[in-house]
Amino acid sequence: MEALLSILNAEFLAASIRLATPLLFATLGGILCERSGVINIGLEGMMLVGALMGVFGSWYLNSPTLGFLVGVLSGALVALLHGFVCISLRSNQIVSGVAINLIAIGLTSFLIRIVFGLADQQRIVPHFNSYPFPVLGQIPFIGPAFFNQLTLVYIAFLMVPVSWFILFKSRWGLAITAAGEHPKSAASVGIDPQFVRHVCVVLSGAFAGAGGAFLSLGQLHFFQDEMVAGRGFIALAAVIFGRWNPVGGMIACLIFGAADALQFRGQAVGMGIPHQFMLMLPYALTLAILIIAGGKSKAPAAIGIPFRR
Amino acid sequence: MIEMEKITKVFPGGVVANREVDFKIASGQVHALLGENGSGKTTLMNILYGMHRATSGTISRSSQTLTIGSPSDAISHGIGMVHQHFMLVPTLTVAENVVLGTSAGPNRLCPFLNLREAEERIASLSREYRLDVDPRAEVWQLPVGAQQRVEIVKALYRDADVLILDEPTAVLTPQEANDLIDVLSNLASRGKSIVFISHKLNEVISLADEITVLRNGDMIGMVRKKDTDAKDLARMMVGRSIEPPELPNRSPGEPMLTVKSLCVEDDRKLEAVKDVSFTLRAGEILGVAGVDGNGQKELVEAIAGVRRAVSGSVETKHQGVSNREYARRIGHVTEDRLKTSVVLDFSLWENFGIKTCDTSPHASWLGMNIGSLKAATEAAISEFRIKSRGPDEKISSLSGGNQQKLVLARELGLKPDILLAAQPTRGLDVGAAEYVHQRLIEERQNGMAILLVSTELEEILAISDRVIVLYEGKIMGALAARKATREVLGLMMAGERLEEMERSPGERN
Amino acid sequence: MKETEGPGNLFATLLPQAGASLLAIFLAMTVGGVLIAIAGVNPYEAYSAMLQGAFGSQFAIANFLTRTTPLIFTGLAVAFAFRCNLLNIGAEGQLYMGGLAAVLVGVYVTGLSALFHIALAIAAASLAGAAWGGLAGLLKTTRGINEIISTIMLNFIAIFFVSFLIQGPIAEPPGFFHQTALIEETARLPKLMPRSDLSVAIFLAVFLAVALSFVLWRTPFGMKLRSVGLAPETARFSGISTNKYLFGAMAISGGAAGLAGGSEILGHQYRMLDFFSPGYGFDGIAVAFLGRSDPIGVVFAAMLFAALRVGANQMQRETGLPSSLVLVIQGLVVLFILAAELRRWLRERAVSKGKEA
Repeated sequence: MEALLSILNAEFLAASIRLATPLLFATLGGILCERSGVINIGLEGMMLVGALMGVFGSWYLNSPTLGFLVGVLSGALVALLHGFVCISLRSNQIVSGVAINLIAIGLTSFLIRIVFGLADQQRIVPHFNSYPFPVLGQIPFIGPAFFNQLTLVYIAFLMVPVSWFILFKSRWGLAITAAGEHPKSAASVGIDPQFVRHVCVVLSGAFAGAGGAFLSLGQLHFFQDEMVAGRGFIALAAVIFGRWNPVGGMIACLIFGAADALQFRGQAVGMGIPHQFMLMLPYALTLAILIIAGGKSKAPAAIGIPFRR
Repeated sequence: MIEMEKITKVFPGGVVANREVDFKIASGQVHALLGENGSGKTTLMNILYGMHRATSGTISRSSQTLTIGSPSDAISHGIGMVHQHFMLVPTLTVAENVVLGTSAGPNRLCPFLNLREAEERIASLSREYRLDVDPRAEVWQLPVGAQQRVEIVKALYRDADVLILDEPTAVLTPQEANDLIDVLSNLASRGKSIVFISHKLNEVISLADEITVLRNGDMIGMVRKKDTDAKDLARMMVGRSIEPPELPNRSPGEPMLTVKSLCVEDDRKLEAVKDVSFTLRAGEILGVAGVDGNGQKELVEAIAGVRRAVSGSVETKHQGVSNREYARRIGHVTEDRLKTSVVLDFSLWENFGIKTCDTSPHASWLGMNIGSLKAATEAAISEFRIKSRGPDEKISSLSGGNQQKLVLARELGLKPDILLAAQPTRGLDVGAAEYVHQRLIEERQNGMAILLVSTELEEILAISDRVIVLYEGKIMGALAARKATREVLGLMMAGERLEEMERSPGERN
Repeated sequence: MKETEGPGNLFATLLPQAGASLLAIFLAMTVGGVLIAIAGVNPYEAYSAMLQGAFGSQFAIANFLTRTTPLIFTGLAVAFAFRCNLLNIGAEGQLYMGGLAAVLVGVYVTGLSALFHIALAIAAASLAGAAWGGLAGLLKTTRGINEIISTIMLNFIAIFFVSFLIQGPIAEPPGFFHQTALIEETARLPKLMPRSDLSVAIFLAVFLAVALSFVLWRTPFGMKLRSVGLAPETARFSGISTNKYLFGAMAISGGAAGLAGGSEILGHQYRMLDFFSPGYGFDGIAVAFLGRSDPIGVVFAAMLFAALRVGANQMQRETGLPSSLVLVIQGLVVLFILAAELRRWLRERAVSKGKEA
């Protein structure tokens, strides 16, 4: 109990939020993509590409902000490929995602060695620093916990209401839902479901790229092979856990981020729970939710099914 | 007002769906597009609505040529369509479905919705045309009839003045169908043009002002209702006098299938078969007549053992065997051939052996005897005159008629004492249909007990010994086919009980 | 990925597909060559170093075959499930469970003769994999949970669970390293070549491929399983219990993946290290796809992937190119096969453009 209390403090909350952020970016992307009817197993690979290109961009343009944008764009570009294969060519979405993950792992590891050289592959690049809010950051407990983060953290959490609004309160959101639930009805009123899906997939790649670039430019400050370490898959779990809703996804990411933070700190404090169980938590919780709620519950009806007129 | 001229549609693969069809719609009129299944009605209307493109031909409105390349084009020309399978997103509300694809906001640029405004407009349209649609309801919760009215509102919301409905009554209960007919006449009286696609003579006659008849993709003619009658229309539609096959005399044998007080639910958990009892004897064909969707599907599936009965019993000689064995002992030509009878990606021999691959003589101690399966398939191909390149050909490359012959060959090859034949000639050409009838009669002569479910009265009357009529899951009466007439059966199909008709023949009007 | 080819005319149906696969391999190697050239290395030299690495000596070949073995198992796992229209993304987790069972039997069961010990360990590995795969099958048939989702979750649960055991309860005493104790001599598979890692596991893998091919194409069980995959309603109307087959397919698939883990432990690793699989389970998805979900095709696909991996190390030594390049080539092979649809797509576009004009 003492051990538990010693970790529940402002620092722990801040760490949870920081660790939730890359997940949140990727999760929002995953939600958008799946709601339009396309599964994106390749989130992991897109994050990885975003992380690497963020590092390159930041180094060569000497600005973490520009680097981040390069990361976002490169994630979107990879997603465009995924979209082409499984929307235009109507090939298998899962297999395409698997291929993209393979290529991403190989290509990033190849490029970092070629571009930065074997000896210097973990070169520290210009990176983001935390931005304490002027007044809010001064509040005891609340300040260090919530308002002493990287700017990108605030942006990520700002994207939650933005994407919620777009999904549920705009005609774009209606079109996305229609494309994912019943693409024929979208087509019958003049919406091109394939176009809608393409846009959503590209955006999901951009979000995943943002998550990856956040990892490299906000947390690690350099690139490391396979540094995304399964976060793309955790994001997939968060999409389901959050029932395809950005707010739910955010809650899932916060829980998973807290588990991750607990894992680091638990190890340090010597808490009884083996850290592997914390690492397992996102998957076990999501599976448990699925078992309780029963299968498809809220998944878009046409997910994984290519549309043909 | 809208004119389609010399429309021809050839699908990739060479199927001609429409051949130089002319079609005209005047405003304020109800126009029926009549024809058998597969005569090209839906294709023609899909062309008008921009879902398909015509191979050749022109569409014009008030002698101005229209280019309709997509549903958006059609909508912008004031054309709306209610598809047979509704184009609604079940998880969205009525209002959201209605505004889907429209700007529904302050302007084209702003992506945000003003649903309140849309809801008000939907409510007022609903009042004006007496559609009874709640804009805030979620679509998946609505009954089918209400969903259909949502589709109508959707078209009206887009200012459609031409409304196309594809087989609108096929999915409705008779009560809902009556309501729909009221709605449509109301719409027409307010200047909207209505086109409805149908293959049901009675509803065409009761509703339409003008009737265009299609047959095999050709336009047969356009007539005004007051200049025609059911007999004329039937002749135009069918174009052949049906040659009733000879049904030789045969006295039925012992009871093979006894259904007692059977109640069955459909996929929506609604009671579809209500307290049905009958007996089927050896050497007898029992026809089950009724409009589509009155419990026939559920009844057959319950007898076939693929749908659980809520209560009541099905008694055959085969109780207590495994599902697999039961499926081998009862022949079943299923209603939805592509979904439930064949595996499209399988070869002919694999389809032929799907029920028997694990029994002798096709199974050996280790595997299956592919040679004997192929030989049996080969024999069936020649006996049933199936046009194919042999047992290794994929069944998907066969025509519907030849696929059905293979299914029939497979099921009769089981040497069952009971055959369930659900819509066995649906979608078949005349030749194939005649062949199927002939075979059924032959098997009857050999003592098979056959349950023939069909929505085609002619088919029922021609080859059944006895007829029962299902209406809303209940049996309206049973009578010998020789004594049955179209009129009596028609009344029963519309929900009148035979005993009531017999009791008070005079009161009927 | 939906392909069917009966045994009827094997060559007529398989050859065009093999042709498409070969074309995809060629294209992927070409793109790989461009990357190599960009990195400033002669592609010809890089590829010949790769060939040398995979086939240049007896030891290279032994190494290559050792690497092929787990890929055949996981490829078979994914391919077999796919014949029942199930996408088993969980071969990796099933592999870990198989490896765990093998190491438990290998370390803690003692005093058996080699034959029995090996048989028991192999049976345990396949059963553990089958249980983990069957669990996903059960979740699908009883709770309607999509197997793609559940197997992804089960992967990570298995991997972290095994990692927990290795770092704690079953760590080799006194527990300094993240590894288990060595398995008994009696549980080790016979070597095919001294001083190499190559064991008889490769025969087991090829035998399983032949056996599964026989099951799929020449037994009623296989035909019913495929019918459930292609047309579940027709199968149900034919009296086939579809749930039984869905579960069975997942269990058999998991069993094959479990053997991948078991053969690694019993064949040459002899103990379990933390995170002992370099992603064989995920590679299995690509292998199955390249092999067109045909057990025999899987063997060839596994050989290609293994040759690339093994050759990559030699390439790295000789040319300084990062070996990770081959992952790109492997991914591209899959992507190019997916793009076989490209021709139809271009045709459709041409048709619709023609109409607008």
